[in-house]
Amino acid sequence: MKDELNYILARTVAGKQSRRAFLGRAGALGLSAAMANSMLASAVQAAGPVKGGTLIMGLGGGESTNSLDPALAASQVPFHLLRTTGETLVDTTASGELDFRAAEAVESTPDAKTWMFKIRKGIEFHNGKTLTPDDVLMTLQRHADQNSQSGAYGIMQGIESMKVDGDYVAVTLATANADLPYLMSDYHLQMQPGGGMENPADGIGAGCYKVVVDEPGVRHVFEKHANYWDSSRGHYDSVEFVVINDPTARMAALQSGQIHIANRVEPKVAQMLATVPGIQVKNVSGRGHYVFIMHCNTAPFDNKDLRLALKYAIDRQEMVEKILQGYGSVGNDIPINAAYPLFDETLEQRAFDLEKAAFHYKASGHDGSPIVLRTSEVAFPGAVDAAALFQQTAAKAGIPLEIKREPGDGYWSDVWNAQPFCASYWGGRPVQDQMYSTAYLSTADWNDTRFSSAEFDSLLLAARGELDLAKRKGMYGQMARILQDEGGLICPMFNDWIEGVSDKVQGWVADGVQEVMNGLAPQKTWLA
Amino acid sequence: MRMPLSAAIGLFLTALYFLAAIFADLIAPYGMAEVVGDVWEPISAEHWLGTDSIGRDLLTRMIYGGQTTILIATVATLLSFTTGSILGFTAAVAGGWVDQALSRFVDLMMSIPSLIFALVVLSVMPVSLPVIILVMGLLDATRVFRLSRAVALDITVMDYVEAARLRGEGRGWIIFREILPNALSPLVAEMGLRFIFMVLFISTLSFLGLGVQPPMADWGGIVKENKDGIVWGVPAALVPAVAIATLAISVNLVADWILNRTASLKGGRGG
Amino acid sequence: MHPLIRLVARRIALGILLLLAASVLIFAGTEVLPGDVASAILGQGATEKTLANLREALGLDRPAVVRYFEWLGGVLQGDLGTSLTNRRDIATTLAGRMSNTLFLAFWAAVIAVPLAILLGLVAVRYQGRWPDKLISGTTLASISVPEFLLGYIAAFFLAVQFKLLPSVATMHGGMDLGDKLMAIALPVLVLVLTVLGHMMRMTRAAILNVMQSAYIETAELKGLSPFAVIARHALPNAIAPVVNVVMINLAYLVVGVVVVEVVFVYPGMGQYLVDHVAKRDVPVVQACGLIFAAVYIGLNLLADLISIIANPRLRHPK
Repeated sequence: MKDELNYILARTVAGKQSRRAFLGRAGALGLSAAMANSMLASAVQAAGPVKGGTLIMGLGGGESTNSLDPALAASQVPFHLLRTTGETLVDTTASGELDFRAAEAVESTPDAKTWMFKIRKGIEFHNGKTLTPDDVLMTLQRHADQNSQSGAYGIMQGIESMKVDGDYVAVTLATANADLPYLMSDYHLQMQPGGGMENPADGIGAGCYKVVVDEPGVRHVFEKHANYWDSSRGHYDSVEFVVINDPTARMAALQSGQIHIANRVEPKVAQMLATVPGIQVKNVSGRGHYVFIMHCNTAPFDNKDLRLALKYAIDRQEMVEKILQGYGSVGNDIPINAAYPLFDETLEQRAFDLEKAAFHYKASGHDGSPIVLRTSEVAFPGAVDAAALFQQTAAKAGIPLEIKREPGDGYWSDVWNAQPFCASYWGGRPVQDQMYSTAYLSTADWNDTRFSSAEFDSLLLAARGELDLAKRKGMYGQMARILQDEGGLICPMFNDWIEGVSDKVQGWVADGVQEVMNGLAPQKTWLA
Repeated sequence: MRMPLSAAIGLFLTALYFLAAIFADLIAPYGMAEVVGDVWEPISAEHWLGTDSIGRDLLTRMIYGGQTTILIATVATLLSFTTGSILGFTAAVAGGWVDQALSRFVDLMMSIPSLIFALVVLSVMPVSLPVIILVMGLLDATRVFRLSRAVALDITVMDYVEAARLRGEGRGWIIFREILPNALSPLVAEMGLRFIFMVLFISTLSFLGLGVQPPMADWGGIVKENKDGIVWGVPAALVPAVAIATLAISVNLVADWILNRTASLKGGRGG
Repeated sequence: MHPLIRLVARRIALGILLLLAASVLIFAGTEVLPGDVASAILGQGATEKTLANLREALGLDRPAVVRYFEWLGGVLQGDLGTSLTNRRDIATTLAGRMSNTLFLAFWAAVIAVPLAILLGLVAVRYQGRWPDKLISGTTLASISVPEFLLGYIAAFFLAVQFKLLPSVATMHGGMDLGDKLMAIALPVLVLVLTVLGHMMRMTRAAILNVMQSAYIETAELKGLSPFAVIARHALPNAIAPVVNVVMINLAYLVVGVVVVEVVFVYPGMGQYLVDHVAKRDVPVVQACGLIFAAVYIGLNLLADLISIIANPRLRHPK
């Protein structure tokens, strides 16, 4: 009897027979329902992930122009491709801690200027070579190089020198930065044999899966990397990405069972998708946010009262309800929310206040000519509609907004960071410092609000070298208040990541650093 | 001659749409950009067609959308037809290098992908209603040119054209008195279809940033704004599609009727 | 030499000149557009320094005229070059995309063209009666619906509700003809519905235009059935406008199906061109542009030839 029980238990756990059938058989063998149930539950727990099978993800955000070169990745499909095939020194966990990958430990000198990464032994590249500290050094050098074309070039700029020291790679900074390890979790910084100096786009990484088929803009197929060092990850035999840029087509593919996971579910359809049998909607609050940005140095936005008037004239709650359908949270005119470590929760929430808006508008002495707000479908999903809502509420405060829909083609080169008032979006960063340094430091390349505050700048630099967390938190709180009041950022909402996932996919965890479990679904989930 | 029922229906609907477009400000129940309800509310007494993707009244959007759609499509169609057919007839009648130059120029125009064409126009010219109409009309005129030249070529070799030439009639006379009446049937049919293509083309241009500016609407654009609802059974995207289809059928019913009348005017047996 | 052959020879020679002119225009057009491939690749992540580095690496720092003639030199030697964005060989990628596009266009045309002409003939035969009205009404309605909406409706019913056909038409090497036909069933259906109306309406109108001629009366008096009169006597004389409209639609099936490609995730040339225009990847845009231009020039030539051959008076000019 025991043998038979074990046999049917194993079959049930492996998904070869239904739970109900097991309970029926167990009953026939003389077990009580409660006993059988608990037996099954513990067996499933013990069995853990099911190995094998093929995961098919339908992803938006891929083009036929995509390259396998990690330095050139910018959109969603290359992001997922790198997360699936590559390995970084460290990664960020869902709760914001460091997760050690190619580096197994990191130490710093007390001044937070020199950082020593201890490189893990026994990591093998897809071509069979073993990862060495030299590979790590050359990889980092390629991205930091003067002639680099890397998307990570900006975050590598603070590095003064790098060298190999036994099992360690040492990184020395020009000025202290307590957050340096977090910067190394950038998805561009994938380890490549010889640093990818020879052939950066050969697709050879050290990650969980290796590239088998690469048809940019169409599909990518991966196979399990048999000698991957971390046996707790990578349960599938193979993984396939199908590039489906059209959101409606992506939903149709998910509903008809042609894909297991769809990224970027539009908020408008999320509630309806949740009612479809066999499909779950997974949403997790993230750090990405949708914004309207004003250039603080360009008339009429060089007037603080006008900026405040516009900030008060936007109905953030309505935006979250109408544009995000509740899949998100209201913004507070700073690029940081509670998802970040060291967030100051005492910061007051900006309210929708037409009286204050009208007051500040009057105080600004603006001549009443229409204020042109540029928007486009590509600025963020629903950006044109959001602009229309903004126009409606602003009109109630007597502020005349004129919407100009710009072509999606060329929006990021001609409108964003060029025109004084437009819609845009930001993805999240692992830490506050990186977000602020990227776009709000007066000298930042992407200072898309032309914000310049000496006090803000000096606080930001001081916070980098401050290893006392409580003090740093206080400094970030002060910076947030300055930016909220004086900045050119109107941040109406933080968007959730919303994904449609088949019931067959098990092991899903909420991780909002980036979309689809921070790109780790192929490594951490399995098919039941 | 009595007007057949189908033509009467076509004429009635066409007139209805045109009148609604002209008097939009008077009959629209709400403001064009006014948010009056929840997202995709179903049909109700307050909102006869429900609400759209951000909670604006769909009937109002349709009425205002009809205004831009019908105006742009009508003017652009007329423009493409006058330029396309006159040049096409001229090429056929004149022949020789005139024909060769015009025809090859049209080949060249058609060869440039319209996406690149539209983007270039956008980057060198201000986006305004006349520019949109001009671009649409001229792009389409190449197709009309091909058709009218082909039809006219068949007619130029007819005995009656030969006779007119021998009589010493001018080129204009031949084009307007001999060729045009005999080429009318395929041209009118084409015009009815081109009108539909124009209506659909406006929304493509909107996407490129060349079209109408929000919160203004066009019917194709309303389809796009509400398209996400379609796989969930939200009818908001179907309403403008049905409007386009009924307008298209009405216009073509009227076109058919005009054709029949001209056929009977042309003599022969007709009717 | 036969005048027709002379005409074809001259048109082909002119066609090559036109291709050259088109390539200049497309090149100039893409250059005029704001932004370049470097800023497009780096996107939001661009800095002055990385932009300059990438431009230099791609050779974009040299004058446009030099780059054009380099490209032209390559093409004349049969080398389409490599993509600037992902450094892939253009000819290889393009060949795959083009065969997909032609595959889809072929099946859509094989169904749509004969069907449209047949429906046109039926509509003329029963002119003003219910079959005519039914055919006209349905085809007009189907072309009035934007293609993407037709696509969604088809996908909703046939893929999502009844799970009969796949909504994702991805093509790859490991599929046999049956799999491929199954995969393209939905896009073909939508394309047929999109082009059917135009060709059917033109067939109907063009035939009606010649139905008053004396020879039709003669044919009827000979005692031929009405359908035989229309198909054998009226259609050949109405061929010029029909052929031209058919050609415009065939060209559309090759060049203009990007919306259908997007909706059904079909790896054809349309999406390929759009992606590369957005990234200002000039060599790829040029290569696609050449092919599209050749399609138009070739089909227009073919339409003119058929019109001439079909009309004895044009065939033997006085």
